[in-house]
Amino acid sequence: MGSVGPLEKQLRRYWPLLSLAAILFVIVLVVDATGDVLLQRTVADGLIKLIIVVGIYVFMGNSGVLSFGSIVYMMVGAYAAAWMTLLPNLKKFTLPGLPDFLINTQLDPLPALILAGLVAAVVALVVALAIMRTNPIAISIATFAVLAGGYTVYNNWERVTLGTSSIIGLPMYVNMWICFYWALIVMGIAFFYQISRFGLALRASREDPVAAQAFGINIYVQRVIAFTLSGFIVGIAGVLHGHFLGILTVAAFWVPLTFITLAMLVVGGQNSLAGAVVGVVVITAATEVFRQLEKGAEIGSLVLQFPLGIQEIILGVIMLLIMMFRPAGIMGGREIPWPFGRPKPPRAAVTESVEAVEAAKPRAGD
Amino acid sequence: MTFFFQIVIDAVSLGSLYALTALGIGLLFGILRLINFAHGNFITIGAYALIVPSTAVVATPFIGAWAWFLMIPAIIAIVIVVALGTERIAFRPLRGANMSSLLIASFAVSYVLDHVIILIFTGRPKAVNVGAELARHISFLDLRVPAIQLVTIAAAIILLGGLALFLKRTSYGIQMRAAAEDFDTARLLGVRANTVIALAFAISGLLAAVVSLIFITQTGILSFRMSLNLVIVAFISTVIGGIGSLVGAAAGGFLVGVASVVLQTVLPDDYKLTRDAFVFGFVVLVLIFRPDGLIVTRAVRERV
Repeated sequence: MGSVGPLEKQLRRYWPLLSLAAILFVIVLVVDATGDVLLQRTVADGLIKLIIVVGIYVFMGNSGVLSFGSIVYMMVGAYAAAWMTLLPNLKKFTLPGLPDFLINTQLDPLPALILAGLVAAVVALVVALAIMRTNPIAISIATFAVLAGGYTVYNNWERVTLGTSSIIGLPMYVNMWICFYWALIVMGIAFFYQISRFGLALRASREDPVAAQAFGINIYVQRVIAFTLSGFIVGIAGVLHGHFLGILTVAAFWVPLTFITLAMLVVGGQNSLAGAVVGVVVITAATEVFRQLEKGAEIGSLVLQFPLGIQEIILGVIMLLIMMFRPAGIMGGREIPWPFGRPKPPRAAVTESVEAVEAAKPRAGD
Repeated sequence: MTFFFQIVIDAVSLGSLYALTALGIGLLFGILRLINFAHGNFITIGAYALIVPSTAVVATPFIGAWAWFLMIPAIIAIVIVVALGTERIAFRPLRGANMSSLLIASFAVSYVLDHVIILIFTGRPKAVNVGAELARHISFLDLRVPAIQLVTIAAAIILLGGLALFLKRTSYGIQMRAAAEDFDTARLLGVRANTVIALAFAISGLLAAVVSLIFITQTGILSFRMSLNLVIVAFISTVIGGIGSLVGAAAGGFLVGVASVVLQTVLPDDYKLTRDAFVFGFVVLVLIFRPDGLIVTRAVRERV
């Protein structure tokens, strides 16, 4: 008794991941129990954002390099999945620019999702190979230039994306629980990546590039790996987004979504997985509360109602205040700490010394 | 030949507009490492200030109805006040924060200003007619050039020249250049941070006001997103021009403007719509081969 068992050791090790999963599980369970369909859709949408933010975090959090362009891989993933899952007859008429093999195949949701994620990863890999050699600021701007370029291309590539109109008829198999499962998987990927040698190498280069290089870390290679993985995760978010709404529009993958997801990451704290998750939860919850208030909330006999449009202003001000008072984000770069005492000092030793103290005390009556 | 000159004037006028916008962003980026997304809002607010604040569908000119020699200073004053206000309220408490916090803060400021505009004017685009006399064409030899293009070029020459003189010749100008080169050392040498930064925001506001007047004369449409593309291009231009270099920012903006017009001309019709994709592709190439931008200042180079 007293020493740290192997189970507890494992629990401690995976605690940052398990605690986050537990928080999300409770939220999803409670929302499921309310039976409120609109609320469930809000949470599903929030979980998709969570996957995007975790994807951005994998690159941005671990490398410390700002990435503005992640949403383009979401778009690539979303459209790739649409091409693979739409009905062949529909594709023949609406998307005649697709190659024959794509027109004639229709994949099941899961293989399509994974393939589409891989397509996004390959695009991210190619981009990363090109841009990751330069300095961090140039990389940030280059990711943005790629987003802007990709957005323009998809907006005008009528024959495969329908340009500025929407693709409809995607199988709508995604609900809150499916988003939740994928959120878990993605958080797992991000967590195991960040404690792997690759993740640690990249984090070392974030803290001190010169020292990291002196230890033999190839920053270029590590950044490419992270960016590719990030592209894969964000691509999956894109697939879920498309099959959640059943409709795809290029305009959805632009600056507003880039802004809100980056804001979630930075508000939560960009240097930890917990920061990414907490940021999404806090901003989604705040947005939802304000939306309810806009509709008018009854508190006792009092009806509290916000004027329309105030919601966004308050949200912006809150984000600004968080940046002012906690510039490193709500979590400040930390994961969720183990709640049951500090690791080590060995329990036995502590008990012993307590006993020794007790023993040394003069007893009353002696 | 006429066609060629027409293209040159198009290119130079678009390049001038981009250069003015890029300079407004580059000024703050050089000193504060702040990528100011709210610069677009400065431009938008300058344009909206022309009309009576109301949610009505049809815009009623307000300042826009004044004579130009009153209208221009009024708009400039309003935008400068807004720029200084954002500095005082939002950016000053964040001084010294890292780049991503600053960026998100500027996003947040931009988001708030966007929705203030929507709250007052609604999100619907509105038509506004300002400087109608500048829309007519001026014939010159065989050329027919819209007057606004010449005004744009003239405004760019005057402002860039004025700014260059200010930066080279005046004490404040020299302090600003020093701050852009190396802010910490400049402060050690007695440059007052608050003064220099406020000045940078004021000049940035001045540039935004001029851009907003030119832009609204060209397009005639008010919308809360009207300046988004302009700012995106300008923001990329600052970096390809060279971080911390004001000449670089202006040159980068100019170059991107010229590249856009040239591509618009030489691309086959099928690809014209995707022109911007080529422009951004070109930007990525510049960044790959010259990561520090076209003009490298000493502040950027890593000291290893």
